[in-house]
Amino acid sequence: MKLNDKKGARIMAPRISTDSVWVLGAHMTRFARYGDRDLIDLASESAMAALADGGVTVHDIDILACGSLFQASASVGQRLQKQIGQTGVPVYNVANACATGATAIRTVMMAIKSGEASIGMAVGVEQMGKMGLLGGAVKKDKKVYEPSGRFGAVTGVDGHLGTETMPGVFAQAGMQYAYENSGVGFEQFAKVAYKNHQHSALNPLAQYRKEFSMNEIMDSPMTSYPNTLLMCCPTGDGAAAVVLVSGERLASMPAEVRKRAVKVSASVLTSDPFVESGQVQPDVNTLTRNAAAQAYDASGVSPDDLDLVELHDCFATAELIHYDNLGLCEPGGAGDFIDSGAPFRDGATPVNVSGGLISKGHPIGATGVANVYEIATHLRGEAGDRQISDARVGLAHVIGLASACGIHILEKAAA
Amino acid sequence: MSAARISLVDYLRLDPAPHLVAYQCDACGARYFDRRNACARCGRTSFTSVEVDGRGEVNAFTIVHRAAPGIPVPFVAAIVKCDDGTWVRSNVVNCEPTPDAVTLGMRVRLTTFAAGVDDDGTEAVAFGYEPV
Repeated sequence: MKLNDKKGARIMAPRISTDSVWVLGAHMTRFARYGDRDLIDLASESAMAALADGGVTVHDIDILACGSLFQASASVGQRLQKQIGQTGVPVYNVANACATGATAIRTVMMAIKSGEASIGMAVGVEQMGKMGLLGGAVKKDKKVYEPSGRFGAVTGVDGHLGTETMPGVFAQAGMQYAYENSGVGFEQFAKVAYKNHQHSALNPLAQYRKEFSMNEIMDSPMTSYPNTLLMCCPTGDGAAAVVLVSGERLASMPAEVRKRAVKVSASVLTSDPFVESGQVQPDVNTLTRNAAAQAYDASGVSPDDLDLVELHDCFATAELIHYDNLGLCEPGGAGDFIDSGAPFRDGATPVNVSGGLISKGHPIGATGVANVYEIATHLRGEAGDRQISDARVGLAHVIGLASACGIHILEKAAA
Repeated sequence: MSAARISLVDYLRLDPAPHLVAYQCDACGARYFDRRNACARCGRTSFTSVEVDGRGEVNAFTIVHRAAPGIPVPFVAAIVKCDDGTWVRSNVVNCEPTPDAVTLGMRVRLTTFAAGVDDDGTEAVAFGYEPV
């Protein structure tokens, strides 16, 4: 079902149907490195602010989902409750690689859709500090070589049999795209980082807010060709929270609350289906394409309708291939897409106006919630200097290796 | 004295000449290098060991300049598509680690190199691909 005739001219604004789910409140901390605050401080700040933003209290919440990757076994949700309100409601601690935050949101969505909850909260939080390079951990050489594990390896294989580092794995994903399509090279990848650093200068919540020239980006220390240091996301700390409400419950709320509510038109989570090459190189494309197709189908939104997109630019190479995976450009046309300026904030389809993971930061558990915060804030017209004017429809995408892909499509409410 | 050798991973066989061996699903033909419980594509549980073609092309690569401590950099990491369709993750060796020297689609063949020595003097042998 197509609800519009051309970009920016959506005919029907979404209504509050009883089976719909809405963002009632949202918040994110600035992404940074917080040496003087712990994980629960950050989660508490976002959770309490999101509740206040939605005009509800912790006592109105029927379910809490809490996403944190590196403390996945540490009952972060319950520890959060012990600071902000032990109400006895079910808590789900979730971990799903870089899709952890989106999975927390999806968990609340499912509870509301099933009728078990009418208001729920998803919190994503991570404290990484200066964690450095992720992936590619090395097993210590054994004193005596003995085969172990599923590959019968006698020692760590990273560096001997290719790379397991994140910048390297995503570099290869980008290079595979460059091999299969024309017009994609080092300069196109660098341009992605140029854009996102530029965008971040307008976002007070971004970990870094510095613009860089193309030369500075291309000449910065090489991490894993073609990804230079300035084309890689940093590690950091931060939290984000969203309060979701059923359409039925929202309909009984005051007009000023309904006016700021943002509809969740699609909430999708996929894993990677079998592909032959996936045995040796994570396939970040197929599950993203599958998730996008499901999200567009569920929402009736098409890529042309999107006023802004927050997608998973853990590395510049990743953002470029997701233009194609999300259908933002012509098939094979991601190079032309960035060259045309389309994903810049003044372009046809602004991508990562927050600064993206590359400059806003990527505290892993918080990322998938923060992306939804960003979209919702623009749809509410409350994004300040970085506001995309008249934004009505947006898409938030995250992907974690293993793999998991989460997509949420949000729409501005009928006034 | 001639030192003992052991392959870095069990799917690298050193004799009679170095080659890779994959588990091939008897039902759908999918190939794997890890010990299997079942086929990830079709779910069947019967596999046959097959020799992988030692020639192929570079499907994707990266030049790693930052890695975990103890790993010599820079090096070329690659995804190789063998001529029989098998996908392999490996390094490209005997090749300058620069974007000018490595190209997408470059023809390569299997080779081996020493990856380390344990306290008994046993040498771990890894495989890589070199330009043809």
